Amino acid sequence: MKYLLRSSLKSIAGVFLGLSLGLVVCYFAGESPLKVLKVLFQSSFGSGYDFGMTLFYTAPLLLTGLAVAIPFRAGLFNIGGEGQLLVGALGAAAAGVIGKDIHSPIVAILFATALAFLAGGIWGAIPGFLKAKRGSHEVITTIMMNFIAAGMTSYFTLYVIKDPDSSQAETIPLPAIFHLKPFAIFNGAPMGELIFVLIAIVVIIHYWLWNSVRGFELKAVGENEVAAETYGISKQKSWIFAMFLAGGLAGLVGVVEVLGNAHRFKLGFSADYGFVGIAVALLARGNILGIIPSALLFGILQKGSGSLDLETEKVTRDLAYIIQGLIILGVAAEGLYERKRVKRV
Amino acid sequence: MFESFLLPVLRVSTPLILAALGGMWCERSGIVQIGLEGFILVGSFFGAVATLSTMNPFTGFLAAGLAGMVLSVLYGLVVLRYRSNQIVAGTAINLFAMGIPPFFSKIWYDSTGSTPPIPTAAQFQVAPLWITFAIVVLSFIIYHYSRFGLRLRFSGEHPEALQSAGVSVRLKRWQGILMSGFLAGLAGGTLSTYLSSSFIRNMSAGRGFIALAAVILGKWKPIPTVLACLLFGATEIAQIRLQGVVLWGTDPVPVQWIQILPYFITIVVLAGAVGRSNSPKALGNS
Repeated sequence: MKYLLRSSLKSIAGVFLGLSLGLVVCYFAGESPLKVLKVLFQSSFGSGYDFGMTLFYTAPLLLTGLAVAIPFRAGLFNIGGEGQLLVGALGAAAAGVIGKDIHSPIVAILFATALAFLAGGIWGAIPGFLKAKRGSHEVITTIMMNFIAAGMTSYFTLYVIKDPDSSQAETIPLPAIFHLKPFAIFNGAPMGELIFVLIAIVVIIHYWLWNSVRGFELKAVGENEVAAETYGISKQKSWIFAMFLAGGLAGLVGVVEVLGNAHRFKLGFSADYGFVGIAVALLARGNILGIIPSALLFGILQKGSGSLDLETEKVTRDLAYIIQGLIILGVAAEGLYERKRVKRV
Repeated sequence: MFESFLLPVLRVSTPLILAALGGMWCERSGIVQIGLEGFILVGSFFGAVATLSTMNPFTGFLAAGLAGMVLSVLYGLVVLRYRSNQIVAGTAINLFAMGIPPFFSKIWYDSTGSTPPIPTAAQFQVAPLWITFAIVVLSFIIYHYSRFGLRLRFSGEHPEALQSAGVSVRLKRWQGILMSGFLAGLAGGTLSTYLSSSFIRNMSAGRGFIALAAVILGKWKPIPTVLACLLFGATEIAQIRLQGVVLWGTDPVPVQWIQILPYFITIVVLAGAVGRSNSPKALGNS
């Protein structure tokens, strides 16, 4: 408990540091920091639509946050969320083509969800497999897999399942039974019951990690590989499984975007969700439930910054990148929060 | 052949070579460097800005290197002084860097992330090629034949040994980080002042990661790293040349498959298919 309190204090301090540095930067640009704060806040909570959009940006971050946090528990660093979510979204879009004869909405949505999860999961499992069997460093392989995913999804979007009636780079639209209905109170913002499902997933993963054999094995491998192996736990299995699960969850971003919003795969739809997921997981400090407030914070930042272009004179939506970067640095810089400076090489 | 293929390959390889050598020095000192992309981005922006305001590409080029170096100071502070995880900090640097050009371009040019075009009179002709060549030769000599190079390599291979010889490991790592910032910044400078004539949004376009891939493929050694960059440069040119070309069947060659080649090769190499990949032993352990 004491540890939990201290680590969340560190996260809050990091957010505070990053946000205030970002606002200082605004001040130097000749923009009132108070005004920027007000725009950020109003744009994310101002109306039903605004709040719906904030949740729409939060939803993918819940998933990509998990996609970083779960392998992290197993001692792996998954930088590949971006690629995994692209492949998952393509899977969801392909579901409309493969399953065009499905007539039940429930079957249709489950089918697309399964395809998105499987596509992302396999994409994530490849670096996990390479790490387990060949010792290839997962950070580099997942970075490379991101680029391969970008090239591959662009190939499929432009050549294989391209929408012939559209001049844009997008796939054939999904039949209406694949569409998720948004809540009416959000006035057109593309978010509905899905947000509750996603929050439930976070809670389930939390309990699974702490109350199941698989979850225990995964954490054991992350804490101490050698001890886990001595105990008879296969680190290879845990690694591949953690990466499969992470990739699958990142792939579910496809459900949020393709079934919930665009109803097709559009090139370049992701607002760097995969990378911001690293920030989300980091801010939660390995605590799975902490991903919920953490994702919401970055969702607010994403939605709120969108209004900076119009509402302010001197700063643009790209301020979000600066603030995100500073928050990550503020949270990751362990040494900032120690009273005694540790002497080391 | 030279005019039509080799010269374009050399041209597009210059930013990769500069950034990869920077990455090599940093990783040799024992610090993981995935922030190259960010250094390239700020380098290309400030390179264009300085060229536009002084009308001299050489000051622009230098400014690009310095801009990358300033950002690398932030990386060094967070990683070396405040003991952040290096991969996390590198990702943060990349995100942070994406916000920098739009921020300043809004204030200086009232645009959302590009600069006005650089007049022909203030553009580079061939100088970056020669500068890059000189840096390659210098890197080779320093790496293999200088005390500095040996010590820097030791700081990534066996830091305890270096420390007990009375040399500061931390200093070597700072030097490695600053070199990566400066060289990747220069790489950015070639993008905006040599390969094109203005800065455009997200100009680095993944080159920092290709450079990182080249370092791995080149096994953290200068000449093989440069060769890997040339290979990746050649695929870039091939991809441009094959755009819309019909080689077999009726459809044009899908350039996406060529585009992903460098990344694919890197994974194959990392999977141990082509010899062992010998990374510096103490890489990332701090």
